[in-house]
Order: sequence, then C-alpha cells, then structure tokens
Amino acid sequence: MKYLKQLLIILAFSLAGEALQALIPLPIPAAIYGIVLLLIALCTGVLKAQAISDTAHFLIGIMPLLFVAPAVNILKNWGVIAPNLVPICVVMVVSTFVVFLVSGIVTQLLVKKEGDRNA
Amino acid sequence: MLEYLYELSLFPLVLTIGTFMLGVWVQKKVKSPLCNPILVSVILVVSFMAITDFSVDVYQTGTKGLSWLLTPATVCLALPLYEQLKTLKKNLPAILIGVLAGTITSLAVLLGLCYLFRMDRQMTVSLLPKSITTAMGSVLSRENGGIEALTTTVIIVTGIVGALVGSILCKVFRIKHPIAQGVAFGTASHVVGTSRANELDPLTGAVSSLSLACAGIMTAVLFPVACLFLPK
Repeated sequence: MKYLKQLLIILAFSLAGEALQALIPLPIPAAIYGIVLLLIALCTGVLKAQAISDTAHFLIGIMPLLFVAPAVNILKNWGVIAPNLVPICVVMVVSTFVVFLVSGIVTQLLVKKEGDRNA
Repeated sequence: MLEYLYELSLFPLVLTIGTFMLGVWVQKKVKSPLCNPILVSVILVVSFMAITDFSVDVYQTGTKGLSWLLTPATVCLALPLYEQLKTLKKNLPAILIGVLAGTITSLAVLLGLCYLFRMDRQMTVSLLPKSITTAMGSVLSRENGGIEALTTTVIIVTGIVGALVGSILCKVFRIKHPIAQGVAFGTASHVVGTSRANELDPLTGAVSSLSLACAGIMTAVLFPVACLFLPK
C-alpha cells in the first residue's frame, strides 16, 4: 500500500499541474506546473520527501523507457520526414552538438570563476 | 499471424519493455554510451514493425500505459531539485546564463542551417523548437504554422542524440563540472537528456531538470523574435 499511497500523491500533483495548464493560456506543459507545485510543497514542509521518495525514484529511473513509444511514432510521420531526411538529420545532429557544447562550456567557465573567487 | 498478435493486448507493452531491458543488458556488456537502451529498443521495435507491417495504431494503444506515466515521472524531478536546492541556489546565475546562451545558440544555429539547406518557412518553424520538451515545442510549432507531427519526432530524436553522445562530448571537450554537464544535457536535449544526466550524478540530474524547464520558458519567450528571421 505504501507505493500506491506515494503514487497517489504524485498523481495528485500531476493532476493539479494539468488543472493549472487548462486554466492558464500559456504554452507551458502540465509537468512544469506540477514540478513547481511539488517543489513548493517540499520546501514549505507541507510534504515530506520520504512520503514520495521510493515511487519518485522508481519513476525517474524508468523515464528513458517512456520515450520508446513516442519515438516509434516516427513510422507514422515518415511521410513528412522522408523527402527531407538528410537535411533534417544534419540540422538535428549539428545543432544538438553546438547547443550542448555552448551551454556546457559557458556554464563551466562561470562556475569556475565563482569557485576561484570563493577560494 | 498478425491478426493473432493484434488480439494480444499486452504484446506491445512486453515488446517495448523487453527490447528496452535487452538494451540495458547490452549496454552493461559493451559499456558504451552509444548502446543506449532507448536507441536499442526503438531500432528493434521499428524494425519489427516495418518487417511485419504491424500497425502503429495498435502499438500506440498497447503502450498507452507508459505514455500515461510521462507527466507524473516528470513531476517527480522536483525531488532531486529539492535535494540539491542549496547547490542550485548558489550557482543559479551561472546556470541561467548557461541556459540562455544555449537557447539563443539553438535558435540562431537552426535558422542558419535551415537557410543553408533552403528549407521553407513551414519546415523551419517545425524544426525551431527542437531542443525543448514535446509538450511545449509542439504548441510553439503549431501556433506559428509548423507541422506538429514533425516537431514532435524531431524533438524526441534530438533528446536521444543528446543522451547518446552527451557524455562523449563532455569527455572530448572537458566539460567536467557536474553543474555544467547538467546545463548542457537539459538545454540541448530536454527530458530525454535529463534521464541520462540522472544516471551520471544526482547533481547533474537536478541541474538538468532545472535547465530543461528554464530552456523551455526562454525558448517560448524568444520564439517570436526568432520568427522575425524566418524565410518567406
């Protein structure tokens, strides 16, 4: 019953996130509202971390699995992709590499600077 | 044969989890980040469906249970955020500037590449939000005249690419700090990258969660500006 109770709490926050999404006309997904609500509950002590931690860690652990089915949808969208397959692939890979490196390197420089100042 | 498989409602679910676990096993044996379980599973499932002509709709219905867990699982990312709150607060300026740099780079590089390949306006809008989560990206694409289905696919593949090569890029370009790695994963490859970041280090995972949320919001804000530069 412990896991069911934890799942219910997590679902309640997800539901509240969905409710906010339906009310607020911004392109922000339900999950982001849910994260903010759950974080507030944890920080204010309304909810103890132990009350969800086992189920939360399980769900975070299996997250990669949850992307398999959406990715298989590629088959359905193949008609849109096929005529531009090569450019799309190049754009995707190159931009992902560049964004990864720029954001990572900029942050590392700033974090190191901060560390030097503190040292 | 196919008719018979369609009657087994649990078949798509078992196929998905089974191939995924096979991927986990292969990754343990080979010890290369390139043998990512998502990739192994997707390749096996897609090949199976292409060879047998298995219906995508039947597959999607059969795996609904998994997609239903996506929002709750993402909401759970609040827990590592909470556990690392002190470190995150201390490094907030560095994280935010890193995400902003990545977001601007993402939009600029995409516009540049789309010009280079002479893609039309609709195609460019569909590719533009590729680094943020599907829920946000598909809305931005649709509202600006893009093809939503294409955007969703591109976003998922971007996530897989980031998860796949992220740790290699970190090694080659000496991005060693867990906070910097987290920003890179979250900004470049949203939730899928974050799931990989969580495997590396709890702090990396927490920073990645924060970065994906910030990158999504910053992209939404900067999107209208990027749209000014769209091809006609």
